Amino acid sequence: MLRIENLHVRAGNRDILRGVNLSIDIGQVHAIMGPNGSGKSTLARVLAGHPEYAVTGGTVAYRGQDLLAMDPEMRAREGVFMAFQYPVEIPGVNNAYFLKSALNALRKHRGEEELDAMDFMTLVRDRMKWLDMDETLLNRAVNEGFSGGEKKRNEIFQMAVLEPALAILDETDSGLDIDALRIVARGVNAMRGPDRAILLVTHYQRLLNYIVPDVVHVLTDGRIVRSGGKELALELEEKGYVWLEQAV
Amino acid sequence: MSTSTQVVQDLARREYKYGFITDVEQDIVPRGLSEDVVRLISQKKNEPAWLLDWRLKAYRIWRTMKEPTWANIKYGPIDYQNMIYYAAPKRRPSLESLDEVDPEIRRTFDKLGIPLEEQKLLSGVAVDAVFDSVSVATTFKAKLYELGIIFCSFSDAVQNHPELVRKYLGTVVPYSDNFFASLNSAVFSDGSFAYIPKGVRCPMELSTYFRINARETGQFERTLIIAEDGASVSYLEGCTAPMRDENQLHAAVVELIALDDATIKYSTVQNWYPGDAEGRGGIYNFVTKRGKCLGVNSKITWTQVETGSAITWKYPGCILQGDHSVGEFYSVATTNNWQQADTGTKMIHLGRHTKSTIVSKGISAGHGQNTYRGLVKIAKDAGGARNYSQCDSLLIGDQCGAHTFPYLDIKSSTARVEHEASTSRIGEDQIFYCRQRGLSTEDAINVIVSGFCKEVFRQLPMEFAVEAQKLLSITLEGSVG
Ligand SMILES: Nc1ncnc2c1ncn2[C@@H]1O[C@H](COP(=O)(O)OP(=O)(O)OP(=O)(O)O)[C@@H](O)[C@H]1O
Ligand SMILES: [Mg+2]
Repeated sequence: MLRIENLHVRAGNRDILRGVNLSIDIGQVHAIMGPNGSGKSTLARVLAGHPEYAVTGGTVAYRGQDLLAMDPEMRAREGVFMAFQYPVEIPGVNNAYFLKSALNALRKHRGEEELDAMDFMTLVRDRMKWLDMDETLLNRAVNEGFSGGEKKRNEIFQMAVLEPALAILDETDSGLDIDALRIVARGVNAMRGPDRAILLVTHYQRLLNYIVPDVVHVLTDGRIVRSGGKELALELEEKGYVWLEQAV
Repeated sequence: MSTSTQVVQDLARREYKYGFITDVEQDIVPRGLSEDVVRLISQKKNEPAWLLDWRLKAYRIWRTMKEPTWANIKYGPIDYQNMIYYAAPKRRPSLESLDEVDPEIRRTFDKLGIPLEEQKLLSGVAVDAVFDSVSVATTFKAKLYELGIIFCSFSDAVQNHPELVRKYLGTVVPYSDNFFASLNSAVFSDGSFAYIPKGVRCPMELSTYFRINARETGQFERTLIIAEDGASVSYLEGCTAPMRDENQLHAAVVELIALDDATIKYSTVQNWYPGDAEGRGGIYNFVTKRGKCLGVNSKITWTQVETGSAITWKYPGCILQGDHSVGEFYSVATTNNWQQADTGTKMIHLGRHTKSTIVSKGISAGHGQNTYRGLVKIAKDAGGARNYSQCDSLLIGDQCGAHTFPYLDIKSSTARVEHEASTSRIGEDQIFYCRQRGLSTEDAINVIVSGFCKEVFRQLPMEFAVEAQKLLSITLEGSVG
């Protein structure tokens, strides 16, 4: 479903990604780990189409389309979702209203009818249950004054409502307490299925106890230096990244 | 960065859809201003001598005044002798029946979304339609009159209720108030008049829709609203003008009077032609609006959404004279392309335990310049007076400007005044976040801007909040990148 080949990305005047290769099949869950500053968020943001990055080489095919040629909103409408490492606040904009606009933009793109307020609320209530979310968050402004953990949970909640084909979760586990981690993992697992792929960026093997990945990749200094099964995460936990960097 | 900048710029170039011209035969007085012209206007309107006298006093004092220069706006000289001060459609309806409105004018208002047939109007809104210098129709007059409410054109009020007009005219904005108010007092041609008697809550929204049509003509309307003891009314004002290359002057005056326990809510959605993307043409909007909370516990709320005009100069204010009276000002002012706005409010606390709230939201895009100018004055005897002010500015793009001038003049030691201000730029990251969820850049900007304006929109009656939001998105079209 997603095929990244020899991807080179620049930001400012630095090469951040320096030849990333990565393929994800539909139905799979992949995890990306790697040291701070290695380019994990950059990869996620480039896949989502953030205008700050310049792709200087390589290709990304998504369901047979040239992903890099699409506007961010087109990518979203075609099923690419990114949960942000640092979700932004949009003061004054009702969270439920925002999500409804987003959902209807996707539905419109697919030629489906827009959901009315009733059907939308039914869907939303159901997904809030998955995530044990406090309903008051719905009527607050998007992420405004949310705690770090609430922001992360709100991202996964949006994903659960928007039902993307490809979900990229950038450090969704960071900042969650132990209970919240379990709940969010439950939400992600509920989304797991044969017609969806998930790419998880994380620093902690702990998350992978809850969401067991099919493949684990290690990104160091803008390149994927090792890929393996879920055991790779355990090995990293034990030995750190230095071990891999020396091996390169 | 570049794509959103592109969209911002495109937004800025959106078209003004009210810019058409209506072809009707006009009765026009000769160009220029003199005592004769003032007399001619008064005579055309068949006015009593005291009113002509009042106009002449205003004219004479105006001649000694200078156009104010303190505002943060730039524009070429206005030639007051090269302007037409009165233009009225020739075919005047008797105003007894709405059926007599010139069909061409009726079509104009239809096109603007203001049908003049009562059954077609939004239920619960009575409309006074002003076309150039005169009122052409007022709906639901009879129904309101059953409750003792007088809602009619200013000219009709002068003919039919001269005692009320004479008692209150100029008591809030005297004819000597300022350059533009004096000019208006000399030459005002029409406007709306509303009187709500004791204890009556007006059951529908009253509204005036102003349309400038004639070329090289200034529009000088005057509105007077009086709410007697315990009365309440909500009033709405809308306006548009054709697209023309030359600038046109609009200098209106609005006076509100609230007696004991009375409430007046005055809302404006201002959408005069703003000029084109190069800054050619557009309305010069120099307006004096003021309300007097004369009675105890009275309350006046100004809500304005200013999206149009090349230049906006207006400071709707409240004189809080009655003890425990309340003044509120909620404003959204948008400037795009080369628009300039210098707007804000004046809250004058005279009575004890008076309270005022100011919420101002300025949005600048393109080369727009947006200034908030506000005065909070608390007199020595206004013990326990309180004011809260909040002024937020939002910048879209990097060629626009936002300025804030809050003036405080506090003479009472027991007064409490709070002021908060912020300036922010629409963030690339906010836009990206919205786009990542599937919204277009334009929708993203609209969503972010409407969130920014929420506290003000909340003050508007429902249908108008929707309208205001639409207008805002049109104004900002083409503004982000
Ligand atoms: N717009 C930018 N301009 C310049 N440098 C950038 C930009 N964005 C990212 N970088 C740099 O690229 C490198 C990779 O950043 P990135 O955020 O992708 O790292 P990460 O792997 O997600 O790190 P962390 O684990 O700390 O989240 C960092 O050194 C960062 O400072
Ligand atoms: Mg990161």
